[in-house]
Amino acid sequence: MIKAILIFNNHGKPRLIRFYQYFTEDMQQQIIRETFHLVSKRDDNVCNFLEGGSLIGGSDYKLIYRHYATLYFVFCVDSSESELGILDLIQVFVETLDKCFENVCELDLIFHMDKVHYILQEVVMGGMVLETNMNEIVAQVEVQNRMEKSEGGLSAAPARAVSAVKNMNLPEIPRNINIGDINIKVPSLSPF
Amino acid sequence: MSDVVEKTLTALPSLLSLDSQPGSAKLSSSSKLGNLIRGITELTSKHEEEKLIQRELLLIKEQVSSPNTTMRQMKELMVRAIYCEMLGYGVSFSYIHAIKLAQQGNVLEKRVGYLAVSLFLNEGHELLLLLVNTVLKDLQSTNLIEVCMALTVVSQMFPKDMIPAILPLVEEKLNHPKEIIRRKAVLALYKFYLIAPNQVQHIHNKFRKALCDKDPGVMSASLHIYLQLIQENPEGYKDLAPSFVTILKQVVAGKLPMDFNYHSVPAPWLQIHLLRILSLLGKSDQSTSEIMYEILDESLRRAEMNHNITYAILYECVKCVYTIHPKSDLLEKAAKCIGNFVLSPKINLKYLGLKALTYVVQQDPKLALQHQMTIIECLDHPDLIIKRETLELLFRITNEQNVTVIVEKMLDFLQINKDDHTTIDLVGKVAELAEKYAPDNEWFIETMNTVFSVGGDLLQPDIPNSFLKLLSEGFDSVEEDKKLRLFAVNSYVSLLEGGPSKLPQRFLQVICWVLGEFSHLREDLEPDVVLRMLAKLLDMKSSSSETKCWVLMAMTKLCSGGAALALVQDVSETYSSSLDTMLRQRAQELQILSQDSKLQAKVLPRSASMEPVEVDSSLSFLDGFVSEALAAGAAPYKPPHQRQEELSRSKALNMEPYGLSLPIGMSSCSVTDRQSPTLLSISSGLSGDSADFSHKGSSAALKLDGVKRLWGRDGYLAKKEAAEEAPQVEAASPVRSPSQRGDTDGSVSQTPTPECDQEKQQLASSLFVGLATQSSVCLMGKSEPTSQRFRRKPKASGGSEPMSNPLASPSDGADNVLPQNLLDSSDLDVSSPEQTHGLPQDPDTPNGSCTAEEESADPMAEPSAHEDLDRSRDSCLSSHLPAELSALSHSEITSLCSNQSLDVSACHVQREDSVVLVVFVSNRSDFCLQQMRLQVQSEELEVSCASDCPSEELKSHSVAVCQYLLTVQRPSVHFDLSATVSWQLPAGSPQTAPFSYKLPLTGFIRALRLSTEEYGAMWLAYSHDTKLNLTLMDDDQDPLAATLHVLKRKLQLHVVEIIGVEAIVACCLQQDQPCLMHCRVHAGMLAVWLRSPVPDLPDCLLYHCQRALQEP
Repeated sequence: MIKAILIFNNHGKPRLIRFYQYFTEDMQQQIIRETFHLVSKRDDNVCNFLEGGSLIGGSDYKLIYRHYATLYFVFCVDSSESELGILDLIQVFVETLDKCFENVCELDLIFHMDKVHYILQEVVMGGMVLETNMNEIVAQVEVQNRMEKSEGGLSAAPARAVSAVKNMNLPEIPRNINIGDINIKVPSLSPF
Repeated sequence: MSDVVEKTLTALPSLLSLDSQPGSAKLSSSSKLGNLIRGITELTSKHEEEKLIQRELLLIKEQVSSPNTTMRQMKELMVRAIYCEMLGYGVSFSYIHAIKLAQQGNVLEKRVGYLAVSLFLNEGHELLLLLVNTVLKDLQSTNLIEVCMALTVVSQMFPKDMIPAILPLVEEKLNHPKEIIRRKAVLALYKFYLIAPNQVQHIHNKFRKALCDKDPGVMSASLHIYLQLIQENPEGYKDLAPSFVTILKQVVAGKLPMDFNYHSVPAPWLQIHLLRILSLLGKSDQSTSEIMYEILDESLRRAEMNHNITYAILYECVKCVYTIHPKSDLLEKAAKCIGNFVLSPKINLKYLGLKALTYVVQQDPKLALQHQMTIIECLDHPDLIIKRETLELLFRITNEQNVTVIVEKMLDFLQINKDDHTTIDLVGKVAELAEKYAPDNEWFIETMNTVFSVGGDLLQPDIPNSFLKLLSEGFDSVEEDKKLRLFAVNSYVSLLEGGPSKLPQRFLQVICWVLGEFSHLREDLEPDVVLRMLAKLLDMKSSSSETKCWVLMAMTKLCSGGAALALVQDVSETYSSSLDTMLRQRAQELQILSQDSKLQAKVLPRSASMEPVEVDSSLSFLDGFVSEALAAGAAPYKPPHQRQEELSRSKALNMEPYGLSLPIGMSSCSVTDRQSPTLLSISSGLSGDSADFSHKGSSAALKLDGVKRLWGRDGYLAKKEAAEEAPQVEAASPVRSPSQRGDTDGSVSQTPTPECDQEKQQLASSLFVGLATQSSVCLMGKSEPTSQRFRRKPKASGGSEPMSNPLASPSDGADNVLPQNLLDSSDLDVSSPEQTHGLPQDPDTPNGSCTAEEESADPMAEPSAHEDLDRSRDSCLSSHLPAELSALSHSEITSLCSNQSLDVSACHVQREDSVVLVVFVSNRSDFCLQQMRLQVQSEELEVSCASDCPSEELKSHSVAVCQYLLTVQRPSVHFDLSATVSWQLPAGSPQTAPFSYKLPLTGFIRALRLSTEEYGAMWLAYSHDTKLNLTLMDDDQDPLAATLHVLKRKLQLHVVEIIGVEAIVACCLQQDQPCLMHCRVHAGMLAVWLRSPVPDLPDCLLYHCQRALQEP
């Protein structure tokens, strides 16, 4: 079982937190802090496994992590998971993110936290590895995205909106919409 | 025009994605979150961030509770709430809105709602109940995405009690045409299995179907379940081993679609799973292991490619090869693989290689020798994790020859390690090794001193305890003991003379105890000096009050008069007014005992500490009291876990009609050896105790001991002889004094030129010495692991002797505290209608009592003549049975009282609705008996006279028959009837003779014919219940049915229905007092749960069930 998945940046700012076992909120924050403390001290040329320590479950638990540019991906697992298997699962997850966001960076994770969660849900479900095939994961996520697009279409639109469409003065509508304002591009933010 | 319409429609999505609020609020969701994020990043301090987020949260709170907020806005608000929650700010106000969003939103909003719910809430959260309906609805939805979302949230967390509500729907999804749905359903069911195993018991067949699913994804999801199931019960799934092997073969051979390849390795995660399952199945099972050899060989061969994931497979393969029944050429290949791991420059592989070695070294210690140089290198590795793993490996290969070097390495590591968890673990290991292999006293005491000071107050409390135990109990040689103790005293005195303020509290406590107990061994040391040292500890600010208690206790032992009396008085006065009651108690003791040296010598006899104090942990001296209290109607004691269980059950909402599930915890407190319902509590309490003890004992035991050497080939060591021969003294020296290293001649042949290599070589020889010739002789003279000394002494006291009774239950005997008479009282119930005759009687009993049950323990077998006589009398008397009763089954007629003038016999007859006691009084004399009267009474039964003796006169050699109708007033295991018969001979005074009759509860039990529905309704209504695990009958085909058959035959129970491994059974006591029974086969036992409206009835009935099953 995977007990928790933590993603935080080089400064310990959490970017995605997913617990598959219940901890109180304070405990969760403590685990994040402590895990960051443990992981950030380690060089890049040491192994990617850590004993869980006293916080999560003790000696039966392991932290398996990877460090990508500005982000740490940490999986906390029990002894029923294969260490190297999880290590490659992290790789699969990150590669999937890369495919979905096209050159994923930390900002994507911040501003699309919910999407990252949805992608993760297709990889790990309730602490169990659901899918390891990248194409399959991307396909599932795309089905949902398509739904998101069709959502705006007439069929799924709320009745109120549909009736509004019927009654409105068709030629005038485009003028009321300032399309340029809707897609605010993520500005180039200074370092996080 | 159509052009315009088309244009409009394409523009519509963007229109709809806008907030419907007018004016300035026209910002997309990402920008609000964006603003928040930007706001946070611009801040410089944690404090400012907190302020900003609190403001944000207020805003969110206001908006979510506003009725005008649309679901679309709510969705956006939820994402912000999730963000804030991730940063560690409480957003409990939004929980209910998250649930609402999941309930009411459209698909996209629902998705956010579910996400928020699964991030915010936990399994036990009460709001989760509100989600159940939503999940139900979505599971039935035709929209696949909604179904997926529902399954995902269910597998993340779902209230345990609500599982039955959605279980059928999830089960149904196993047949869904879409594979992703099937796969998610399988995992959801697995989750259910984890949180409530008995709820999904009935769908094990469906799991099998999932395993055979045509889609490999579903199949691999089902492996999660099988891994768990097989871990719990490997025996139950042996039949699947060939299937798993076949699957693995196909996967390895690349039969799966290319999609499943990862870096051109076919389905690696699937392979890992399968290998884990195989190793569980093949563990110590030769025939199953043999099926696997071929594929394991194939896997080892195939996994040659140099990618991370192939190593993952290889590692599992190696572990599997070493777990299952060994095969030498596979082992050889696996050993080579481990070599590749260990020698790999990749640090992750090295780590796993060390893990594998640690695992393997228990079976094949010589493999460690092969890689000794690598291990030495790992010891100096900059990565602490690698270092630790290496120490773990060394811990496994420790013996009495290399213990000093290994312990030193461990202590070195402890100096640089900062992780508490590791420290505790490692300190425990050092203590264990020290106790087991210590080469001499000094080393032992010094090592333990380091353990105590490094481990500090994090130390497991059993380490100081076992150390003190070791000191006080001593070993075989008195002389050795004395030396050890003396050395300890010396060492502690010098520690206290140094600076005691730095020492941890636990260590101080140990020092106090040792000085109090043994400082008299050092003759040149005056008690006063020690007292003064101890008093100094009291003045230290850092001393905790617990430590002060220890100090005072030590002083109490030492203060036998002398010059320091004033000091002692002073101390005791100071602390006798302490606020801490324990401290005050100790101070009082000190005060009184210091003044009365005679009393002191009596209370604290010197050198008597090694005499074990006799403790009657079974509290058997209370048995009388307990049985009296029970007889007076006190409720039987329930151990805390049982009480808690009942409490939690009564609180939780029970969705099942009549609790199909017994809590698993029950089996742990099984009391199969229970002989009487009333004494349940005692025996179960005890078994709990002993389990506790044995657990403690085993946890500390060193695993190396008694390692099974599965593979006896001696190939590996041949080249490494040199390492073995290096004498221990020489071996240890290089590490201790670096200056000597250069001088020491490299006695090991392979040493290459550089000096550092030579050092390592020597270290190696000292580390791996003695590995080839493993012997477990311990220099401390204790060959057993110390932890075993905590084993409870077998209860050989009188209390358990009755277990030699051949009729006693086949219990493990350890916890039986029942007195003899209870066991002997009765053994066979004869109420079954089939039984016709055949029990020996004792016709010569003057006016004794006879039970209606066989006294089969009686060694005095009756002569056969008597038996014949009895039988003839039986048949002769039974002819006297009234006509309306003679057709019914009756127990055999027993003689109750016999003298010169008359014989009293009796039997009981089971009528449909009642039990009739029939008493035969036969006149043996030649005279006519006059004024003959019978009086029958009982405490638990109501006795009414159905037909009294026809007349008060009984003619010579004739028989009078009396009938009494018996009604149960209070259930009991057996009912005793006491009676007197009085008569008068023609020429004589009136005479009386008492007699008694005993009949079991079973006589009153009748089958209760019910339908399952009625049963369900009744089950809920009854409050008195009892549970117990009973032994199942031996029956290969269907033990449950066989067991029920026995119960049905012997106790006349009615089997209402058998559902898989469960059965429901009903009976009643005299028509109107039902008792329901629920049986379930669990872990080879029959878990029985009885319920009834009548108090005591379940207990009593259970007793008879137990009896019925134990008898042949």
